[in-house]
Amino acid sequence: MAESTPTAAVPTVTPPAGAAAHEAERLAAPPSFWRAYRVPIWSAIVLVLFVAGWEWGFRALGVPKYFIPTLSEIGSEFVRAYERMDLVNHTAVTSFEVLLGFALGSILGMTMGYILGMSPTAEVVLSPYILALQIAPKVAFAPLFVLWFGFSVEAKMSVAILVAVLVVFFPIMINVLGAVRAVDPAMINLARTFNATRWQIFWKIEFPASMPALFSGLRIGSTLAVIGVTVGELVGGINRGLGFLLLSGETMGAPLVFLAIIVLTVIGIVAYCAVIFAERRVLHYMPRRDFGGMNAQGGK
Amino acid sequence: MAIRLQFERVTKSFPPQRRGGEGVTAIVDVDVRVADREVVALIGPSGCGKSTLLNLASGLDRPSRGRVYVDGSEVTGPNSHVAFMLQRDLLLPWRSILDNVTFGQEIQHVERERRREIALKLLAKYHLGDFVDHYPHQLSGGMRQRAALARTMAMNPDVLLLDEPFSALDAQTKMVLQQDLARTLWEEKKTAFLITHDLLEAIALADRVLVMSRRPGRIVREIAVDLPERNNPMVRRQRPEIGKLMAELMSLLDIGQGDRLDG
Ligand SMILES: Nc1ncnc2c1ncn2[C@@H]1O[C@H](COP(=O)(O)OP(=O)(O)O)[C@@H](O)[C@H]1O
Ligand SMILES: [Mg+2]
Repeated sequence: MAESTPTAAVPTVTPPAGAAAHEAERLAAPPSFWRAYRVPIWSAIVLVLFVAGWEWGFRALGVPKYFIPTLSEIGSEFVRAYERMDLVNHTAVTSFEVLLGFALGSILGMTMGYILGMSPTAEVVLSPYILALQIAPKVAFAPLFVLWFGFSVEAKMSVAILVAVLVVFFPIMINVLGAVRAVDPAMINLARTFNATRWQIFWKIEFPASMPALFSGLRIGSTLAVIGVTVGELVGGINRGLGFLLLSGETMGAPLVFLAIIVLTVIGIVAYCAVIFAERRVLHYMPRRDFGGMNAQGGK
Repeated sequence: MAIRLQFERVTKSFPPQRRGGEGVTAIVDVDVRVADREVVALIGPSGCGKSTLLNLASGLDRPSRGRVYVDGSEVTGPNSHVAFMLQRDLLLPWRSILDNVTFGQEIQHVERERRREIALKLLAKYHLGDFVDHYPHQLSGGMRQRAALARTMAMNPDVLLLDEPFSALDAQTKMVLQQDLARTLWEEKKTAFLITHDLLEAIALADRVLVMSRRPGRIVREIAVDLPERNNPMVRRQRPEIGKLMAELMSLLDIGQGDRLDG
């Protein structure tokens, strides 16, 4: 105990009061360098390991480069696609589809969720169908949409959008429905003693009470929208968008596939972060909770 | 004196919850009259139908038999003569304290400036002036319950229906709130029907205490408190007569006799 580190400037006299006082002193002391920066240090280490592992690890293990390209190859593919393959345009097309699919799916999901939430009879009657549709693999409807829409570029974009709408719809509807169902009846009674109309009870109680669940649904929906659009583009055999790059990758090589996946992921992350941004503004009244991790996505 | 709240031979039965189950008769032939400016406390074992009685008075539910009158007219649904305050504050978490207090008036389309003015005055009175823009989760239980009291008073009801309003609070907070409530009821000349588990609270705040039997609930006894300083329960609860009244209520509720704990 004779030495003192620069960060732990704690007086090292052991007080006669004993262990409890000592413990209090330790808790009050500024954290050591390692304690304070543990998380960023570990993050940096993991990042370095990840990049190095990808760049050299696969080669060292003998994985051929046409299976899994190195990061630097993906990097040069990015430059090439940007310059010669109109990457920006493809990204714009896919982003547009994600945005539209997510928006339409959310609006429909909310509408159905609130309607069913306010009508217990409708919910009971429709619940088997809702359950079936919830379990059915929605993306499998994609070929059907191709059949409906035809083969123009707009038609294929519509296919992608519609698949996204379908996959986004359910988690949002289910979350909203559950939230409206779970509104504290005592709160509704309170509004009723003030002579509230059914409409007022909806707007002033049920709707705001459903916000947290709605946003969990939107978070899930924002990531599902990217999946829906990707499947829609692939199944439709689109000749625009990142799906087109993925399909081209079948002949043009793994770097293009990885590049498209990375851009799709970025689109998903942007959408997810936009939802979180909106959530923070709308749910500002809530005690702060951890918005960061994917585990917060859990939903209901 | 004018009767503000009246239960006339009121019986309330609930139908069976499940098929083949048994229905529940919560209260039977309850006759209660609460006069203008009177504070009447109701005590009784839990599950005997006290809250049911309040739901009937607030118009949330209808009696199976008998009638309920507020200000001389029969209660057929929620009405603005009465206002409710429960054990749970039921503040809406997405509304600021100010907007929670104006909630009832907002529903009744009171003009915005007017309801703000009323609410701010009440919040200042209940020592919440510095918290108008806070959200419920930022307040302590006692402060939240005070905001709920402000919300109730903002409706300017003739009759306050209070269902164990302080039973979730710690002993000290409770005394402070009882003081606030008693003073308000006195100064604003309000009529109140107060359900409570706390015998001392009943004696300290009320003019009369009604005792209800186990379910099906009937009013089995009425005790006039007849003590001064109804506006100052802190003082009233120190009076020598309190012990005798407490003993009387305890024996009526079978407390301390064979140690029945279902009260
Ligand atoms: N909506 C209801 N449906 C069926 N039974 C009910 C309902 N409300 C209350 N009860 C029953 O009525 C009885 C009295 O309830 P309550 O008035 O809440 O009692 P207290 O407030 O005195 O504790 C209880 O047995 C309760 O189970
Ligand atoms: Mg009760």
